[in-house]
Amino acid sequence: MKSSWPLLITVLRKEKGFDSLSLPEWDLLLRQARRCQLVGHLFYRLEALDLLATTPVGPLRHLQSAKVQTSKQLRDFLWEVGKLVQAFSNTGCALLLLKGGAYAIAELAPHKGRLFSDIDLLVPFEVINDIERSLLIHGWLPETTADYDQQYYRHWMHEIPPLQHVKRGSVVDLHHNILPRTAKACPDPTLLLEAAVELQGEHQGIKVLSPLDRIIHSATHLFYEGEFDKGLRDLVDLDGLIAELGAEARLQLVDRAQQIGLQRPVYYALRYLSLILNTKGLEDAMHKMQVLGFVPNYIKLMDGLFLRALMPDHLSCDDGFTALARWLLYVRSHWLKMPLHLLIPHLTRKLWMRVTGQEQH
Amino acid sequence: MDFHITLDTPNILRRLIHQQVQFYLDNQIVFNPFPLRHATAMLEWGMNWCVSTQIHTFLIIHAAVVEKNGFAAVLPAPPGSGKSTLCASLVQEGWRLLSDELTLINLTTAEAVPVPRPIGLKNQSIDIIRQRYPQAVFGVLSSDTLKGSVCHLKPPMQSIQKQIIECPIGWIVFPKYEADAATELLPKSKGQAFMEVANNAFNYSVLGVDGFEILKKVVDRADCYSFKYSNLDEAIAVFNQLEAPREV
Repeated sequence: MKSSWPLLITVLRKEKGFDSLSLPEWDLLLRQARRCQLVGHLFYRLEALDLLATTPVGPLRHLQSAKVQTSKQLRDFLWEVGKLVQAFSNTGCALLLLKGGAYAIAELAPHKGRLFSDIDLLVPFEVINDIERSLLIHGWLPETTADYDQQYYRHWMHEIPPLQHVKRGSVVDLHHNILPRTAKACPDPTLLLEAAVELQGEHQGIKVLSPLDRIIHSATHLFYEGEFDKGLRDLVDLDGLIAELGAEARLQLVDRAQQIGLQRPVYYALRYLSLILNTKGLEDAMHKMQVLGFVPNYIKLMDGLFLRALMPDHLSCDDGFTALARWLLYVRSHWLKMPLHLLIPHLTRKLWMRVTGQEQH
Repeated sequence: MDFHITLDTPNILRRLIHQQVQFYLDNQIVFNPFPLRHATAMLEWGMNWCVSTQIHTFLIIHAAVVEKNGFAAVLPAPPGSGKSTLCASLVQEGWRLLSDELTLINLTTAEAVPVPRPIGLKNQSIDIIRQRYPQAVFGVLSSDTLKGSVCHLKPPMQSIQKQIIECPIGWIVFPKYEADAATELLPKSKGQAFMEVANNAFNYSVLGVDGFEILKKVVDRADCYSFKYSNLDEAIAVFNQLEAPREV
C-alpha cells in the first residue's frame, strides 16, 4: 500500500477537504487534475458540496472555465447525436452510444464535467457496412485512406477506422465489439447488444449498454488500455457507475463478467477503486469472484504497475518507477490485444511507413 | 498562480545542430520548438495561447484595448491592420494600456479587464514607434519569425499600476491601415459590429448563450466605428476627440 497519495487522490478519497486547501495546494490540485481531465469533475463536486461561494477566486476561474468547456462539448455532442439519429433513421439499426457519449445522453453520474472527444457507437457486425455507408451520406468520411490502415482496422480491430464529419469535424468511432478480434478475451458482442437498454423520454429510441455491461466495458477499456494519461478519470467514471448499483447488483456484476469472460478487468476495477479512491462496499463482489474460481495472478506486481500508472500524469506524482510501470503496461496492452505473430509484422510495417514518410505523426 | 510555464532549450543532441527553445506548460510541451533567438516572441505567443484556450470566465476577443477618461476603446482587427502600432502610439500619448492582444470582457459587468503586458510590434512598426518615441523602452528583437520580426515595447508604469481597474467599453473601433489613405472614421451598424467582434473572439461559441448576451450588452453600450488611416498624428487626434458614449 502506498504511504502517501498525491494531493488530488487525497481530495478524491475525501481525506482532505476542499475548505482546508491553501492557495499553493489549490494550485497543485488543479495542475494534477488538469492532466487527467478532472477539473470539470472537481467543479461539480464543489457545487454539490455547496462550496463554490467560498472557493478562492484564482482556482475558481479555472474550475469555472472547465465547466464552461464541458458544457460547450455537451451542447455540441447533443447536436451531433441529432444528426446521428437522422443517419441511423432508415438503417433499421438502433443508435447505441458507448462510454462518454452514453454517460452524457443517459445523464449517468460520470457525465457532469467530463470531457470527451470521439463519439463511440456499437452496432452488429453484419450491418457495419450499411451504417458506414449511411454515415458517409451524412458527411462522416474516413480520416485515413491509407490502404494498409484501412485493411488493418477492418481485418483485426473491433472498429472501423474513425470517421470525421467533413464540415463539423466531429469524429465517430464505429465499433462492432469492445475488444479487438485478435484479443484472447474478445467477448461475444451479441451478449452486449441483447442486454442494451433503450432510453425513454427526450432521447427515446437511443440505446446504451445495460448498467452492468457499462461497468464491464469501462473497466475493460481502462485495464486493456496502453496509455494511462486519463486513467484516473476513467477510474472516477467507474466510481460513479458503481455507485448506482445496489449490493445485489454488485454481486450480479460478478456473474455477468464471468458470462462475458471479462473477470480480470472487472476484478482490477474493484480492486483499484477500493485501493485508490477508497470506494466502499466492493469486498463482497471481489470475494465472490475468488469463490467462483478467479485467481488474481501476480497481483502484487500488478499493484506495483497500476498504482503508479493510475496516478495523475504529473511530475509531482511520479516516483522512480513510474515511467517503467507505464511502459510495461503499454507493452502489456499490445500483448493482450494481439498475438506476437501478428503484432511484430504490424509494428515493423508501421515503423517502415513512418521512416519512409508514408505516415506522419 | 494560473499557469506554470517554462522556456528551455531541448535536449543536447538538438542543441548541437540548431539552437532551439521549447515552451513548456507545467512541464509539458505544447508547441514545436522555435529557434533560440525567437524566445521572447515564443513566450508572448505561448502566454496568449494559455489564456485564450483555457480561460472561459471572460469573453476573449482578439483585439487591443486602451482607456482614456474612464472609457475603453476596443480595437479588433486581423493581423496586419496596424492594430498594435496604433495601440502602441495611443499608449505613448497618454492612453492606458489594458492589452494589445487580448480583450477580456467581464461576463457580469461587460467591462474590459486589464492584462497589460509588453506590446508586440512587428516589422516596420518597430522602427516607426522607435522614431516617434525615442524614450520608449524595447526588448530584444526576434527577427524572421513566422510573423516577421517581432519586438516588445515596455508598457507605461501607470498602466501596470492600474491593472486591477476594470473599465466600461465606450468605443469599438475597427482599424485598418492603408498606405496613403485619408483618415476616415465612419459609424458602423451595431449588427455588423456584433458579427465582426464575434468573429474576432476566441471563445464566443464556447460561452454559448452567455457569450451572446454579454457581447450584445457590450455592443449596445459602445459607439462602433470603422477607421481607415495612414497618418499616425491624425489617427491619434481622432481617438483623442472621441466623445464619451451616452449611457444606454
